[in-house]
Amino acid sequence: MSAVDLVRREESVKAKRGQRMKATDAFVECLLAEGVEVIFGYPGGAVLPIYDSLYEGKIRHILVRHEQGAAHMADGYARVTGKPGVCLATSGPGATNLVTGLASAWMDSIPVVAFTGNVARSAIGTDAFQEADITGITLPITKHNFLVRNAQDLPRIIKEAFHIASTGRPGPVLVDLPKDVSVEEIIFDYPETVDLPGYKPTIKGHIKQILEAARAIAAAKRPVLYIGGGVISSGAHEEVLALAEKANIPTTFTLMGIGGFPGDHPLSLGMLGMHGTVYANYAVHEADLLIAVGARFDDRVTGDLKRFAPHAKVIHIDIDPAEIGKNRHADIPIVGDCKAVLSVLVEKVREKREDEWLAKIAEWKREYPLTYEEKPGVISPQRVIQEIYEVTEGNAICTADVGQHQMWLAQYYIFREPRRHLSSGGLGAMGYGFPAAIGAAVGRPDLPVWSITGDGGFQMTSQELATVRKYNIPVKIAIINNSYLGMVRQWQELLYNRRYSASDLHDNPDFVKLAEAYGIPGMRVSRPEELRPALEQAAATEGPVLLDIHVDPEANVFPMIPAGMSVAEMIGKKGRLGT
Amino acid sequence: MKHTLSILVQNQAGVLSRVAALFTRRGYNIESIAVGTTEDPRISRMTIVVEGDRREVEQITKNVHKLIEVLKVSDLTYDDMVARELALIKVTADSHNRSEIMQIVDIFRAKIVDVSERSVIVEVTGDEGKVDAMIRMLRPHGIKELARTGKIAMVRGSKPEPSLRHITSA
Ligand SMILES: Cc1ncc(C[n+]2csc(CCOP(=O)(O)OP(=O)(O)O)c2C)c(N)n1
Ligand SMILES: [Mg+2]
Repeated sequence: MSAVDLVRREESVKAKRGQRMKATDAFVECLLAEGVEVIFGYPGGAVLPIYDSLYEGKIRHILVRHEQGAAHMADGYARVTGKPGVCLATSGPGATNLVTGLASAWMDSIPVVAFTGNVARSAIGTDAFQEADITGITLPITKHNFLVRNAQDLPRIIKEAFHIASTGRPGPVLVDLPKDVSVEEIIFDYPETVDLPGYKPTIKGHIKQILEAARAIAAAKRPVLYIGGGVISSGAHEEVLALAEKANIPTTFTLMGIGGFPGDHPLSLGMLGMHGTVYANYAVHEADLLIAVGARFDDRVTGDLKRFAPHAKVIHIDIDPAEIGKNRHADIPIVGDCKAVLSVLVEKVREKREDEWLAKIAEWKREYPLTYEEKPGVISPQRVIQEIYEVTEGNAICTADVGQHQMWLAQYYIFREPRRHLSSGGLGAMGYGFPAAIGAAVGRPDLPVWSITGDGGFQMTSQELATVRKYNIPVKIAIINNSYLGMVRQWQELLYNRRYSASDLHDNPDFVKLAEAYGIPGMRVSRPEELRPALEQAAATEGPVLLDIHVDPEANVFPMIPAGMSVAEMIGKKGRLGT
Repeated sequence: MKHTLSILVQNQAGVLSRVAALFTRRGYNIESIAVGTTEDPRISRMTIVVEGDRREVEQITKNVHKLIEVLKVSDLTYDDMVARELALIKVTADSHNRSEIMQIVDIFRAKIVDVSERSVIVEVTGDEGKVDAMIRMLRPHGIKELARTGKIAMVRGSKPEPSLRHITSA
């Protein structure tokens, strides 16, 4: 939002202060005051008053085809813009349909503000038609939620909702609005500040701790920087780069941290963890100092916690004190905003370079590059990702769904900037990727947006093809079609003696026809020589397009540290079994 | 080991369920919980007794603190605190044993708050050990009903409650 817009917004709020208006008109004014540009929503009885106030079109509304889509779109919008995404659903089933999307935003700390209608206050608790206790249901998957009991409180609650969602460790906030509240009239007043005595995120890190961290870095022979989603949400990528370069620290990132450090930088180790690079996992295993920044030692990263980074002293920087010491003891805990802490730490750290350590890592990189098998006449899924990277020159926003293709995207597309790679990391919710791409494309119309999705997961939210068509949202959909629930099949191959129970999708629909049914051009790609031209054509297409790319059905994601294990049990180090 | 947590919260609808649900979700068992308002009617104090080692309790404390409506969490376990529980015990009592019960009540500085032909209700206040001992002594006489509050606690001395000061409005 430009400065002129900001001033205009403030003036409009001032002009309306003290005016009598419908609560739902006030709702619109409050959202405008928050700078909300778009709402992803779906109507129903309990939100008809809100929809009536939206009718004038003061705020863009995107009509989805399933409320789960609305929540994921708000999430995708938030991830690429850094601003809270907004979704809206009716009471009961509309509200419960948001749940998966909110849970995913919660697990990944994404600022989303969800509005739901509810039955009238007098009917709450009576099992009224389309009543759901959505504040109760979303208690464990929101940062906070509100049930609006008095219409006059609505502006204050909206102000607090946006503040809570977007500050500190971000997260989703839900506001539940009973229908009778929404039809009342109020005196409009949008507060300029919030008064939340129990909510005071720590931003600045403790200087004593920061100095101690600087000393530990100076003393380390084998340091590794391990960055997570907190780097993206706090916008600390430049500070991370400065720290890594100043002290020549090899840097690895989690799935959520992708883009927090340039993937093509000589100090980049790529992603770590279950499907991380061999050299990232080796480096962490051998490290004598692990600098965790905005990361939470998730089990997909650590495997067996007892054997994770066994020789390392840990510096843990996080805005959320409850993350520190949760899974791994921190020798030097620093509570604070990653950007704020790192900007001080970078100054305090002395330039240094551990040549032996860097040489060791270079050796691992030579010995174990990321690689995969190619079979003649068959498209390798990893190649698809590499070629999408080439065709988009590494500048696209790419969303993943969940499964093998999600890991291949993380491994083979090299992200150089934050807020370009979107993945349902914590919840791992199939159905996330395509709607998230729609939200991303709405938030960043200036960038190409690719939805890299699975043949399984795409079918969980494919109805949003209608949304894409209706608003002509230029999402490029690339289905990595292996005719399997590939990740499930892979585990069954490796751990269940190839008993492919309920993972075969060879009866998939014709995705090209499906796209065409929605009025979206589709292309099937099944031979290796067709791949590049199809990708180029898709990239050159103005509006949305779907590619159904038939790949090697039995390709596996390697390397792999099976769940709960450690680097010692890593398999597929050279891109195939038996290595 | 048992820990006594004192939690100051904004007195708002739903805050009790938020706190209680958090313990459940993070896998902690609440042994007792007592809630009431403080000297400031906008603020309630919850006293929660929970089992766990120091690290586990620190972890749950940090999580509770993250709740928006929670103003302050203190683990009083290692402080010099006054902790009290109240129990109402309905005991079988007739002419044979009534005087014996009254003796026990006297020794514990408890009170008889209701008398009928076949029973009395004893009210006892004290720390957990005292209430337990009282119950043990009365059990042979036949306890018909027992109601126990959770523990409430406060640190001794004149240390102020810092979080109460910065609250200007709620
Ligand atoms: C909603 C949901 N249900 C089930 C799962 C479990 N699961 C994880 S990966 C996967 C297979 C995904 O298959 P597909 O979308 O075809 O992607 P692929 O692994 O083949 O690339 C499944 C079923 C999940 N993550 N999310
Ligand atoms: Mg598949």
